[in-house]
Amino acid sequence: MSQEALEFYVAEHARTIALDTDWLHGLRQSALSNFRRAGFPDTRQEDWRYTDVRPILKRRFVQAGDSGDLAADAGFEGMRFAGLDAHELAFINGHYDKGLSRLGPLPQGVILTSLAEALIKYPQQVKDCLANFPGLDANGFQALNTAFLTHGTLLYVPAGVTVATPVHLIFRSNRQPEPRMAFLRNLIVLGRGASLTVIEDYSGTADAEYMTNVTTCISGGEGASLRHYKLQGESQKSYHIAATHIRQARDCRVESCSIALGGALVRNDITASLDGEGAEVALDGLYMGNGRQHVDNHTWIHHRSPHTTSREEYKGVLNDHARAVFNGKVIVHEHAQKADARQANDNLLLSDNAEIDTKPELEIHADDVKCSHGATIGQLDENMLFYLRSRAVDADTARSLLIFAFADAVVSRIGLRPIRERLEAMILGKLPDSGLIKEFVQ
Amino acid sequence: MLSIKNLHANVADKKILKGLNLEVKTGEVHAIMGPNGSGKSTLANILAGRSGYEVTAGTITYEGKNLLDMDPEIRAREGVFLAFQYPVEIPGVNNVYLLKAALNAIRKHRGEQELDAMEFLKLVKDKMKLVKVREDLMSRAVNEGFSGGEKKRNEIFQMAILEPKLAILDETDSGLDIDALRIVSEGVNSLRGPQRAIVMVTHYQRLLNYIVPDHVHVLADGRIIKSGGKDLALKLEAEGYDRVREEAAVA
Ligand SMILES: Nc1ncnc2c1ncn2[C@@H]1O[C@H](COP(=O)(O)OP(=O)(O)OP(=O)(O)O)[C@@H](O)[C@H]1O
Ligand SMILES: [Mg+2]
Repeated sequence: MSQEALEFYVAEHARTIALDTDWLHGLRQSALSNFRRAGFPDTRQEDWRYTDVRPILKRRFVQAGDSGDLAADAGFEGMRFAGLDAHELAFINGHYDKGLSRLGPLPQGVILTSLAEALIKYPQQVKDCLANFPGLDANGFQALNTAFLTHGTLLYVPAGVTVATPVHLIFRSNRQPEPRMAFLRNLIVLGRGASLTVIEDYSGTADAEYMTNVTTCISGGEGASLRHYKLQGESQKSYHIAATHIRQARDCRVESCSIALGGALVRNDITASLDGEGAEVALDGLYMGNGRQHVDNHTWIHHRSPHTTSREEYKGVLNDHARAVFNGKVIVHEHAQKADARQANDNLLLSDNAEIDTKPELEIHADDVKCSHGATIGQLDENMLFYLRSRAVDADTARSLLIFAFADAVVSRIGLRPIRERLEAMILGKLPDSGLIKEFVQ
Repeated sequence: MLSIKNLHANVADKKILKGLNLEVKTGEVHAIMGPNGSGKSTLANILAGRSGYEVTAGTITYEGKNLLDMDPEIRAREGVFLAFQYPVEIPGVNNVYLLKAALNAIRKHRGEQELDAMEFLKLVKDKMKLVKVREDLMSRAVNEGFSGGEKKRNEIFQMAILEPKLAILDETDSGLDIDALRIVSEGVNSLRGPQRAIVMVTHYQRLLNYIVPDHVHVLADGRIIKSGGKDLALKLEAEGYDRVREEAAVA
């Protein structure tokens, strides 16, 4: 099956990817050879042990192309955040839609454009950014992402510039007779002291079958600061394979929050590399599964310099036959003295058939560091449960409230209210007995 | 109203209560004092229905019904209220909404009409003045980020809204400064009345200066070893528990 799938993607590449400028052609071709060599990951590989990608290989997704499949569905408008002033870039089935996008005035020197346009207008910025992330194509999905590199975003903030208005990247997919696949590459570059908030937002028409394969590369200069939200509310029948690569120079601060609520099969990889002294990263995550959803989060945090700090807190709520994987690895490299790393993964299993495989890992090569990690697969807090019941709330409602509260702990930290409110409504939608508690949630 | 007879209870196979008797009539205020670890909170928790306690002998009758048969939420709806020694923080659950749900569950149970949003808000405003809770605390999650004193005050605020028939206050005075103690006491006193009973667990006479009890009991080693009027508390403060223990042993 894997071989047939491989040939299919090579043919799809030949069919849809035109010959282009030398450097881009070279980049794609070398990625394609990497793909042929690596093939698709299988469960014999440690990093994919619990995630079987065969459902993806069985399907024949095709890239959207002609205008007929690039029209927005009725649900698109609802993806804009009412009450949030944002620069919006809209993508339908993986293609940039200028008409649906709304860009406000940007500070001098800021580039915010689709990758397709950037490849023509700003090739040097694209090249420079890509050069900062060598060796991405280790697994088949990543290699494919580079081989198909065309669509996505270039977001470049020069030194000293603050983009006060958040950037909202809206990726919307819909139902087509032949399921679509979108290859997306987002390049986010912050110069020295620059600052930015960016929201990656993935969704699809209910029950639409499609695949999103996205790679986001974030490069933060000295003292830069980024708030990054990845909201994944894809259709329940979709496939979502994502990788985020973060590199941080001295004193650069990145907060990244990854919310995974949708998708039949989801894989999120995040690699954060604290390259410069004093760099700081906070990775928050929430995944919720029901039905037969499968959500796999893998994170790697590299402390490569002294006085670097990382905080990671992932929470999971799993119901029905849902299954999740959390694998968080913190690597403190040899010279990263005084590194400070804290990691936690907490899970609630709401059904006997739900499953979580969690593995926090520490690998320390320096001697003066402060690291802690832990994972729990918990039941609800008995003290809280009793407190609510002692206030006349029945046991079912109390339980629902506490599950909500558990998940909301991640969401409530999000500083932007419209995002918080939408996510809270989505969380409610995924909970059993949510009707009981609607009016409680703030 | 409340009749506890020969109550024996274990926690994690450890005997905590060993034959406790207590009679509380409507309109009365009882103070329970006793050394650390003697079983005061255990008693309060058993009354409110917390799980993890095994009642091995004895009975608890509340308004003629077997209290031990009721789920905690039913007890609350029947008018039992526990102000916790250590109120928990419940992130994500809004204070005011919890109160509204609690009040309406209780009213519904009594066959009364539920309050609408306007009526409820007015009630909240009135009671907030009574217990002087800060308005911004109300929009937060239950007890989240409250100071120790604010948590205790929030318990009394909840009690003022829910107007229980039997209020059990477990060390509500601990951690309160002088002003807060006075305010909380006024709140409790305003609830005193012929239909209600209050059982307060405390270590300090100073609370009893503000809320003058009808009866004072000494709980030691899992039993009420001595009962008396409000003067007993003064004696305890002056002489300590050991003296009372010795007297009880002799008697
Ligand atoms: N969950 C538990 N597991 C084991 N032992 C417990 C548990 N809860 C209470 N105990 C024990 O039961 C005894 C009585 O505890 P309780 O909290 O009732 O005391 P208290 O009289 O309220 O004390 P304080 O004045 O310190 O509040 C103590 O020895 C305590 O350690
Ligand atoms: Mg106690």
